[in-house]
Amino acid sequence: MDLNKINETKADKVFMGFVYVALTFALLVVLYPLIYIISASISDPSAVNSGEMWLWPKDITFEGYRIILQNEAIWRGYMMTIFYTVFGTFINLVFTLPTAYALSRKDFYGRRFFTFMFVLTMFIDGGLIPTYLVVRNLGLIDTVWAMVLPNAVALWNIIITRVFFQSTIPRGLEEAATIDGASNFKLFVKIIIPLSAPIIAVMALFYGVGHWNSYFNALIYLADRSLYPLQLVLREILVLQEMSSNSVSMTGGMAEFIHSQQQLAAIIKYGVMIVSTLPIIIVYPFLQKYFVKGVMIGSIKE
Amino acid sequence: MKQQAPPISGVPGVTSKKKNRKIIQNWQLYLFILPTVLYFIIFKYIPMYGIQIAFKDYVPSLGFGGSEWVGFDHFIRFFDSYYFWDLIKNTLGISIYELVVGFPLPIILALLLNEIKDSAYKRTVQTVTYAPHFISVVVIAGMIIAFLSPTTGILNSFIELLGFEPIPFMTDPKWFKTVYVFSGVWQSTGWGTIIYLSALSGVDPQQHEAAIIDGATRLQRIFYINIPTIIPTMTILLIMNLGNIMAMGFEKILLLQNPLNKSASNVIATFVYEAGLLDAQYSFAAAIGLFNAVINAALLITVNHIAKKTSETSLW
Repeated sequence: MDLNKINETKADKVFMGFVYVALTFALLVVLYPLIYIISASISDPSAVNSGEMWLWPKDITFEGYRIILQNEAIWRGYMMTIFYTVFGTFINLVFTLPTAYALSRKDFYGRRFFTFMFVLTMFIDGGLIPTYLVVRNLGLIDTVWAMVLPNAVALWNIIITRVFFQSTIPRGLEEAATIDGASNFKLFVKIIIPLSAPIIAVMALFYGVGHWNSYFNALIYLADRSLYPLQLVLREILVLQEMSSNSVSMTGGMAEFIHSQQQLAAIIKYGVMIVSTLPIIIVYPFLQKYFVKGVMIGSIKE
Repeated sequence: MKQQAPPISGVPGVTSKKKNRKIIQNWQLYLFILPTVLYFIIFKYIPMYGIQIAFKDYVPSLGFGGSEWVGFDHFIRFFDSYYFWDLIKNTLGISIYELVVGFPLPIILALLLNEIKDSAYKRTVQTVTYAPHFISVVVIAGMIIAFLSPTTGILNSFIELLGFEPIPFMTDPKWFKTVYVFSGVWQSTGWGTIIYLSALSGVDPQQHEAAIIDGATRLQRIFYINIPTIIPTMTILLIMNLGNIMAMGFEKILLLQNPLNKSASNVIATFVYEAGLLDAQYSFAAAIGLFNAVINAALLITVNHIAKKTSETSLW
């Protein structure tokens, strides 16, 4: 029996009408720019620039994508980003999972000390400059290590993973394993990891998206253009190019590339937005489910 | 953060012999945690030790410890600079604007979403409004710049269609804060509903049934049942937001900043980046960063204290 339906008053009906209007408004406001980008990337540039194309593609052309796919800097950036994402996420998991497992063990002496040591850094932090100087003094500048080591692990993810281990690994498993003479290492590799596929997926997605989308570490730690991830190449196309008439000086060939394509510049920009976000769009259905789960786990505990 | 039940080792009466046995038995667990401990020492604690350069004249060859002390010179130089108040004004202005507009919207959207039953429509709204969360900040900045261009941007095409003059959003300083805040609303409102929806799913359905029988309207049930349920979540998020008021999304500001809008977009965090990493004034920039961090910590502690006194919900 649906009480809502039976007792629905006129005020409720009006209110529900308002709810649907408001939600549809939110839906359209978020959706419109996304559709516009897709349409603009395959429309005739002059129709895009003049505002004639405002929703659906006009005079469809794939010229923009053809030029994007021919551009060497974009390809290289793509390859570097894939490398940073895969390698970086691997390092993240190697750091996060065993640490979270150790902290989840009630019989791990010192877990409170280590937790305190990690959590303290959430409140006190060296800040940008001292961190940069440490990375530089370690000789990591202009190496791929600068893209993975300074973010090797995130405290929040350790916490979420620890909560997962605490709530899903049956208690007593450790004792049973110990009685059978299995070491902690064996227990972790043979039993815990196979039981933890959901959290490994969540963590891989959390960290992976972070690596894919980040630009700031690359901006401050990399000067060598051959190491640039995709986001830094994008920054030159989407952001700096707009300002190049002002004071920001353009480095390298990206400015020339865009200027030489003046005619197509508009649709190239929309095209690179799509191309760079494509992998995220493909994994989005999984992302949504697992990310929501991750946010929930995090919110329950802390 | 809630305290956990104390581990067994904290219970009095557990002998040190037992403790030692536990350490030896679990020695491999220390290997498990070793890389992370090293990470925190190298990338968190050594930089913390490095904060001392805020009170020194850092010379790279002498290192953090060996450089010469100068006391509060860098802080005084910063407080006396002509841009000090501009930086404070911009930093606080953007943060407060963002908080006032950005904080209530996810709550409202969550309350509305909670009213409709699970359906293809509801899932569509959720899927679409969550999506921008996953777009990189560089692409977001590129979208903003492209959409708002006075000559080719689609938003200005609409504005012209309505018979108005195109607005130079990115080059007129007075628009900067609005552009920053509303692009953030577009990107994060949907995602921000998740935590409230999860809190709302904890409402006991019997409460609603009883209220319906008593003749309460939907709006009344939202105000008297749903909103009180999410107040603890709201309080925690508000404390965290207020404690971060001096540390906003500086990566986006850095991308949207240009010489023409800088009088409105120059905030402490971007200034630290500029002074420290572009101009290599390490000690000066570290001092400004430290000043910012101290204000943040003080705000967090104060707000948490007020919340504890008035609402019983607090971070610690």
